[in-house]
Amino acid sequence: MKNKLKPINRLLILICSLGLIAVLFTPIWRIELDAPQYPEGLSLSIHANGLKGNVDIVNGLNHYIGMQTLHNENFIEFTILPYIIGFFIALLILIAIVNKRKFLNIGFILFVLFGIIAMVDFWKWEYDYGHNLSSDAPIKVPGMAYQPPLIGFKQLLNFGAYSIPDIGGWIFIGVGTLLMLCVFTEFKKAKQKL
Amino acid sequence: MKKINFSLVALSAAALFAMNSCKPKNAGNAVNAGAAEKAYVAPGRYDEFYNFVSGGFSGQVSVYGLPSGRLLRVIPVFSNDPQSGYGYSEETKPMLNTSHGSIPWDDQHHLALSQTNGEIDGRWIFANANNTPRVARIDLKTFNTAEILELPNSAGNHSSPFITENTEYVVAGTRFSVPPDNANGDVPINSYKQNFQGTISFIKVDKEHGGMDIAFQLNCPPVDFDLSHAGKGKSHGWFFFSCYNTEQANTLLEVNASQRDKDFIMAVNWKKAEEYLKAGKGKKIPAKYVHNVYDEATQTAKSETKNEVTVLDVKELKDICYFIPCPKSPHGCDVDPTGEYIVGSGKLAALIPVFSFDKIQAAIAKKDYIGDYNGIPVIKYESALYGEVQKPGLGPLHTEFDGKGNAITSFFVSSEIVKWNIKDLKVIDRQPTFYSVGHLCIPGGDTKKPNAKYVIAYNKITKDRYLPTGPELNQSAQLYDISGDKMQLILDFPTIGEPHYAQAVSADLIKNNSVKFFKIDENKNPYVTKGEGASKVVREGNKVHVYMTAIRSHFVPDNIEGIKVGDEVYFHVTNLEQDWDIPHGFGVKGAPNAELLIMPGETRTLKWTADKVGIIPIYCTDFCSALHQEMQGYVRVSPAGSNVPLLFSTGKNMPKTDSAQKK
Repeated sequence: MKNKLKPINRLLILICSLGLIAVLFTPIWRIELDAPQYPEGLSLSIHANGLKGNVDIVNGLNHYIGMQTLHNENFIEFTILPYIIGFFIALLILIAIVNKRKFLNIGFILFVLFGIIAMVDFWKWEYDYGHNLSSDAPIKVPGMAYQPPLIGFKQLLNFGAYSIPDIGGWIFIGVGTLLMLCVFTEFKKAKQKL
Repeated sequence: MKKINFSLVALSAAALFAMNSCKPKNAGNAVNAGAAEKAYVAPGRYDEFYNFVSGGFSGQVSVYGLPSGRLLRVIPVFSNDPQSGYGYSEETKPMLNTSHGSIPWDDQHHLALSQTNGEIDGRWIFANANNTPRVARIDLKTFNTAEILELPNSAGNHSSPFITENTEYVVAGTRFSVPPDNANGDVPINSYKQNFQGTISFIKVDKEHGGMDIAFQLNCPPVDFDLSHAGKGKSHGWFFFSCYNTEQANTLLEVNASQRDKDFIMAVNWKKAEEYLKAGKGKKIPAKYVHNVYDEATQTAKSETKNEVTVLDVKELKDICYFIPCPKSPHGCDVDPTGEYIVGSGKLAALIPVFSFDKIQAAIAKKDYIGDYNGIPVIKYESALYGEVQKPGLGPLHTEFDGKGNAITSFFVSSEIVKWNIKDLKVIDRQPTFYSVGHLCIPGGDTKKPNAKYVIAYNKITKDRYLPTGPELNQSAQLYDISGDKMQLILDFPTIGEPHYAQAVSADLIKNNSVKFFKIDENKNPYVTKGEGASKVVREGNKVHVYMTAIRSHFVPDNIEGIKVGDEVYFHVTNLEQDWDIPHGFGVKGAPNAELLIMPGETRTLKWTADKVGIIPIYCTDFCSALHQEMQGYVRVSPAGSNVPLLFSTGKNMPKTDSAQKK
C-alpha cells in the first residue's frame, strides 16, 4: 500500500508520456547562425530523426574552413533516438499502470541519465565538427576552432552561433521537471507514512 | 536738354533694375522645407511603392522605389543586355526574334500593370515596343520577361499596351499607318489615302497564365493612332484611342498634320467586335509574325512563327467604331476612375476637352453625327462634350486621376503639372516641372482605385538639374506629394533611357511574391547538371557540350582539354546554389557575345567558337564569396585535327612533377 502512487502523480506521468510523443514530432534543439551577409539568418534544427533547416547552405559554407559536411546518414543517433524516446513513452505508461514508487524512481533516474548522455554526445559531435578540420581548408586561422556552443551564444569568425532547446527540447525538460516533482512528492508522502 | 537726357537714362536704368528683381524665383526655391523628410527612406528600410518606368530608347523597363527614387532594377525586355546575358545566352536568344530576324533593340514607351476588377493585381506588367511592333509581358514574381508577341500589319506600336479592367485584352494601335503586310507595299508614298491602313490589335490574355494571342485586328482608316485607355465601370466594353494626322499627310507632318482644327478620339465598342467575331464576320488573312515564350520550367525561350490573323473591317461592320472630334492633334486619352469622363489632350490646344461617356452613348443612340470620316460616323463635338477646362496651361499631354474627383494633367510647353476638378473643370493648383514634362504617373492613377499619395513627372529636358556629364544627360523625374491640396515637390531623380509612361503600385502587392531563387529540383532545362558528379563534356562532331556546375567557389569542370579550333563549344552552366542572392557569372576570354549571369538553381548556355590555338581562361564574374577570385579555370584549344584527348576535371589535373614527388 505504501508503495502506491498518488492518483495525481499517475495522471502527471501519463501526461509526461504524451509529452514525449510530441517530442518525436517537434524540433528538439536549434542552432541559429547569423552573419553580416545573412541578415535573414540561417538555422539548423535537430529533430529525433534528423537535421532540418538550412543544412545545404551551411554545408556549402563549411568547406571554406574545412569543416565536414553534415549528413543525417553519418549520425547513428538519428536512427536510435526515436526508439529511445519510444522506450521512455512505454516506460512511463508502464509506471502509471504498475503504480509502484520504486518503478517511478528507476524511471526518473534512467530519464536523467539519458538526458546527460544525450548532452555529452551532442557536445562530442560539436567538438569533433569544430576541431576536426581538413588540412586543405582555404581559410585557416591559427588556434581557431569552430565548435558551436552547447547552449548559449558564441562568435565563430563572421558567424554568430546561438544554440538553444527548441519546442521538443523544452517539452523534454518539462517532462524531467514533472517527473522530479512526482518523485519528490512521493518521497515526502512515503516519509510521512513512516 | 543734357540734364533731361541724363535723368531719362537714370530712370530707365532704375526701371530695368526693378524689373530684374521681379524675375521669378528659380527652381531651387520651389522646394519647401520638409521635402527631404517626405522622400527619405532610411537605409535598410523598404520603399512604399514600386515604380515601373518605361525605358524609351533603351528598350528596357526600370524599377524604382518610391518615395526614395532609388533604382531597384533594370529589366531587360526589348534590348539585349550583356550584363545578364539576356539576348546572348542560348536560352534567351529567341526572345528577341521577330519576322525580320533577331533585333537587339527597341523603343519602349508605355506600361500597363495587369488588373482585376479595374484594380492592379500585381501579377504581370505589359510593355510595348514602338519601333518593331511588339508587346511584352513581364512576370512580377521573377521580374523576367515572360513573353513577347509581334504585331503584323502595324508600324510604330504607340497606343499600346493599354488594358481592359480584367486584363481581357491588351491593345496595340499603329502610329504609322502602312499598307497591310500581305498587300503589295511597293506603292508611291503619296498614295497614303488609297493604299495605307491603320490597324488596331486586340490581344487576348490568358486569365491564369497570362499567355497572349491576337484575338482580332480592326482595319481602320489611315491616320496616326497615338494613345489610348480602356473604359472602366460603366464604360467597360469600350476603348478610346486618340488620333492625329486626320489630314492623312505623308510628308512634313509637323505642318501638314496640324492643319485641321480638330482631330479625333476614336471610341471602340469591343464587345460589339466580339459579337461580330463570334458570328464569323472576321476574315482570316495571311500575316507573318512571331510569338516568343519563355518557359519557366525549362528556363528556355521558344520562338514560334504564326501565319494568320483575324481581321474585322470597321467600315463594313457597323457600330464598332465612332470618331469624336478633339481639338488640335490629341495625344493623351485618359479615362477617369468612374469610367464616365474621357479626357483628350490636344498637344497644340489651350484647353482640355472632357467627354462624357453617357453623352457619347446618347449621341450614338440619336445618330447625332456631323457626317462620316472614311466611312466611320463622326459624333458632333458638343453632343459628346461634358465641358472644357479653360486656360489650364500650354500643350497638355497626359492626365492621371487621384480618385478624389481631381485630375492632374502634364503640360509640355508650359512645363508644369496642373491639378483640376473633374466636375467643375476649375484649376486647383499648378506646379512647375524641370523641364518640359511628358508623361506623369499616380500609383493606380489610370485604374478604378488610385492610391494618390504621389505624382511623378517624367521630363524630356534635364539641362542643369544635375552635375553636367557632357552633352548627353540622363532624363529627370520629379516626385510630388499630392496628399494635401497643394502639390509639393519632394524629390528629383535621374532615370534610364527616356521614360514615357510609368506605373506605380503599393509594394505590398508585389514584394511578398518575389522569388528568391529557383529550385534546382524543378529545373527542367535539357542541359541542366544536377550535382558536380553529373558534370561532363560531350563531343558531337565539331559541337562540344560542356555540362558545368558553379557553386562557391569553383566550377566543375574547371580544366578542359581536347577542344579544337573551329569547335562550337556550348557551356551549359548550372548554378547549384540554393541560397538567396548568390548568382554566379561566367566569362570566356575572347567570346564575342557576352557573359552569363546565372541565378541560383538556373542553367544558362553560352555558345563560343574556339577561334585560335592557346589557353582560354574562364572565370566567375559575380563576386560570390571570399574566394571568388579563385573561381576560375582553363580551356585548352588545340589545332584542328589534333589528337589531344577530351579531358575534363576539377582538382585532379596536377603537374606530373608534383605527383612524382608525392610518391
